[in-house]
Formats: sequence, C-alpha cells, structure tokens
Amino acid sequence: MSGGDHTAAQAAPGQGVASRPGPGPAVSWLGQRLRLRVPKGLGRGVVSGIPLGWLLVFFLLPFAVVLKISLADTAIAMPPYTALLDWDGEAVATLQLNFGKYLFLLEDTLYLAAYAGSLKVAAVSTLFCLLIGYPMALFIARQPAERRPLWLALVILPFWTSLLLRVYAWIGLLQHNGVINNILISLGIIDQPLVMMQTDFAVYLGVVYTYLPFMVLPLYATLEKLDDTLLEAAADLGSAPWKAFLTVTLPLSRPGMVAGSMLVFIPAVGEFVIPALMGGPDTLMIGRVLWDEFFNNRDWPMASAVAVVMMVVLVIPVMLLRNGQNKTAEHG
Amino acid sequence: MMRRRSTSLKVLALTGFAFLYLPIVTMVVLSFNESRLVTVWSGFSPKWYGELLQDDQILGAAAISLKIAFISASLAVVLGTLAGFALSRFNKFRGKVALTGMVSAPLVMPEVITGLALLLLFVAMEGLLGWPKGRGVVTLIISHVTFCMAYVAVVVQSRLADMDGVIEEAALDLGARPWRVFVDITLPMIAPALVSGWLLSFTVSFDDLVISAFVSGPGYSTLPMVIFSKVRLGVSPEVNALATMMIVVVGIGVVLFTWNAARLHRMRQREERAAAAGL
Repeated sequence: MSGGDHTAAQAAPGQGVASRPGPGPAVSWLGQRLRLRVPKGLGRGVVSGIPLGWLLVFFLLPFAVVLKISLADTAIAMPPYTALLDWDGEAVATLQLNFGKYLFLLEDTLYLAAYAGSLKVAAVSTLFCLLIGYPMALFIARQPAERRPLWLALVILPFWTSLLLRVYAWIGLLQHNGVINNILISLGIIDQPLVMMQTDFAVYLGVVYTYLPFMVLPLYATLEKLDDTLLEAAADLGSAPWKAFLTVTLPLSRPGMVAGSMLVFIPAVGEFVIPALMGGPDTLMIGRVLWDEFFNNRDWPMASAVAVVMMVVLVIPVMLLRNGQNKTAEHG
Repeated sequence: MMRRRSTSLKVLALTGFAFLYLPIVTMVVLSFNESRLVTVWSGFSPKWYGELLQDDQILGAAAISLKIAFISASLAVVLGTLAGFALSRFNKFRGKVALTGMVSAPLVMPEVITGLALLLLFVAMEGLLGWPKGRGVVTLIISHVTFCMAYVAVVVQSRLADMDGVIEEAALDLGARPWRVFVDITLPMIAPALVSGWLLSFTVSFDDLVISAFVSGPGYSTLPMVIFSKVRLGVSPEVNALATMMIVVVGIGVVLFTWNAARLHRMRQREERAAAAGL
C-alpha cells in the first residue's frame, strides 16, 4: 500500500490530477488500482457497520445477558430473576453474584448425564453421517458435470422441507402400529411389534437423518475440486482403486470431512426437537433439559447456566475442529 | 479404471438417497389414506386436504409464518449482502474479525441457546428501554433476521469469491462512483446468490420452531409451533396432508431453481468458450 501511495505522489506534480498512468506505467498504474480497489471512508464504514452493529446487538449482546442472568437467583417475579446490581438510593451499589446455579449443575448428576448423553449422541451421529454421506458425496462428484446439479438438488430438497415434518414422518414409520411394524408383521418376520419409538435408537436415527445433508454438501464441495489426474496417476502406477482412494482421495477430502462434522456435531449437541419427539423419557439430552428448565420450571437463571456450560463444552470440539481445518489448509 | 469400484459406490450412494427419501415418500402416500388410523391403509381419499383447509388454527398460524418469513428473508438479504460484500471485497476494516466470526456462528449455534439468549435480551431491553413491547411479530422478525442473514452472507460471499473483481475495478478506474459500481455491476452479478439467499432464508424462517418458541408471545403461534403441539399429541393425518403440500411447493421451487441455475451455468460456459475462441 505505502509503495503505491509513494509512486502516486511522485507522479502527481508532473501528471495533473486526472492523469492516466504515465511514466513508470506499471508501478503507478498498480498503485492507482490498489487505491481504487475498494470504496473507502464513509461508504465502507456504513456497509460493514450495519451488519456488524446488528450482530453485536442481537447476537453477541444476548450472550452477555445470558451470562449475567445465569449469575442471578430465581425470583417469583416478572422477569423471574433477581437483579445483580442493587442501588440503595445512595451512591452505593451492591453486586450480588450467585454461583448457586453452577454449583447445582455440578452436584446434580442429571445435568452431567445430560451433557454426556448429548455429546455421545452427537459424536456417534456425526460418525454415521460421515459413513453414509461420504459415498453419496463421492458418487455425486463422479457424475458427469451436467448431472451433478440434479443429484445435489436431491440432497438439498429434504433440507428445504421442514425439519419438524421430517421427524414427524419417521414417527409414522417407527411407531408401535407404524408402517415398518405393519409390513414386518404382515410378512411374518415378526409377530410382536418392535419397540422403536421413544428409544435411543430413534434419536440416533432422527439426528443422522436430519443432519445428513449438512455432511454431504461440504464433502461434495471438497471432492468436486479434487484433481482427477492424481487418481489417474495412482492407477497408472498400478494402485488398486481402493488403495488410491485410501491414500489419495480420503486424505485430500479432510477439509470437507472436518467442515461437515462441525456442521453436524455442534447443532446436534443442542438438539431439542428430535429427543423431545422421538426419544423416551430416559433419553437425556441437554437441549431438552434447557427447554424444560425454561418452559416447565420457569427457572431462567438455571436455563442460562445450562446454556453457558453448553457453550463451554462446545468450545473444545470447535477449537479442535478448527485446528484440524487450519492444519489441512497449511498442508494443502 | 474407476468402473470396478463404481458399482459398490453406486449401491452405497443410492442406499443413502433411499434413506433420505423413505420417510418423505411414506408421508406423501399416507396423506391420501382414508383411515384416521394414519398408518393402516384403508383406501385412497383426499379428504384430509379438505379438513386441513378448514382448520382455522393451522391456516392462521400459516399466515403468521408466511408474513414473518417474507419480512425476515427480505431484511436478511439486505443485511447479509452488506456483510458478505464487506467480508469479500474490503481488505481491512474495523471489526472484520468480529464480523467474520459472528456472521457464520448462528449457523451452527444450538438453537436452544440462540433462542434463550434472544429472549433474555428482549426482556432486558424492554426493562431498560421500554422496547420491544412484549413478545410477538417484532421479536420474531428480529430473531429470524439474525440467523437468516448468516445464510445470505455465506451464499453472497462464496458468489463474490467466485468472481474476480476485474469488472468492478475497471468501472472504478473509469471513474464510476463506488455506489454506482455496486448497483450497476456487482448487484446484477450476484443476483442469483441473492435469490437463493432469499429463498433459503424464507424456508429456514418458515421452518423454525425452537427459536420462535422462545421469542414469540401469546397469540403469535407460528406454524411449526402449532404442528409441534399437534405432533406431541400423536400422529395426525392432517399433518401428513400439510407436509405433502409443503413438500410439493418446495420441490417445484427447488427443481425450477436448479434447472434455471444449470441453464445459466451452461450459457456462461458457452459464452466463456466463445470468448476464449475469439481471443
């Protein structure tokens, strides 16, 4: 930048203001282009400032409020929590921090079990999404270019339809007198209906089903960009296709695998709809616990503490995944 | 060379697709089932569609959801485009790191957290500023815009990354005002991204249950909230009919959009080839 300004300043006296690129054309022309590349000043500030301001107020600030309320105590009032700062009319304000909710979180094994349960469901589901989604993404990437949009549309279409209705569709299939049980009984394979709904199995199925498109799309985006000549070279050198896949395709698709896993794992940890509709009473997931604390117990500080701890729990996997992504970027 | 493996790959992939579509197809078929016992087939009948169209609760909720989705998607396109443009075209600006981090965070943030956080913010704001008054349309729209603009920003950003800034730079070199360049050149070029961003925002907003449940007030039940309470009571054939209608509308939209995108893609390729041949 400074080099550009320098040449521009040099050129100015001889050239006049509205001059075209003059002597030392390449340098001065480049300098002009660099300076003109983006609209500067007020316009830029407004363009970046509006979305930034919106997100600061409606995305970042809310988390500060959550943190604050998690340190309050429950009160029978509207809103149902105590104030942290008390003004007693004088210049003396007392700050009341209450860590009781966090202590309770750590003491009550229900919460710990719910966190562990959520992490387990999210991890296992991510793995299954990867196992099911990888062949799909690879298949689409190997289709002729003009047919890929159609297959992609088939992946995206369920994502565009309501999550709630897709979960609901599974209930019709899995329930006691549901389609699967009816078919199996009429074929004589079983004589008693299988219990599939309100089990952990149903929750895993629902999560894998719901988040599968989020795994396929980033995987496809990576696989599509892979250089086919690498595979051809491997084959020419006598490598079996599965070996070429393991040594070439799989390692090179790591960014897509990481991105897809992140898009599945993180929201799955906080999933509420699927455990609420498909899980049993003993399916413990933290999203459901938070919901119940808020809507059923009306314990806003407790719900806030649950949310804060959930974010802390999520920080570690997010950092790990991000590190993995950066490393692959460096290698690539 | 690839062929030997491709059969097993094809089988695996098609199984995956079957998994995606099995419940959807079942639901569409069952929506025409005459029996109230949803899963026992007793004959073809479109009667549940008739019942659906007379259900005032569902129709009212659908109207609220459509209105909120329309307004939210439109606002999200404006904010998301500004964010995407700033992130991909401005080299450095104050808060770039913050904007980069915050703009995509709502995409992965668990919805229960976002919903709770927004509600607590609205309650605190009402206590301090007296606005927004209670929970309803305004709080729903603000919340939906916040997570929808993330989708728009991502789509716009990737579209802008695909285009180098050569044409915009040329216009700026020729003395066009930055604003004119944006309106006359950038905007038409990213128009497809704006359309898909809007559609994506619309459906995401229309579908949202968890965040809406937190930030909406009495009397403002969105369609997903009504469906959720119905499904909790048990499977209902009416919901099958509703789901089928939504899938048909979305399906037609996606097919048209994909077809159009493919057509534009082919046209662009042809033009590029022609241009390359001309050189």
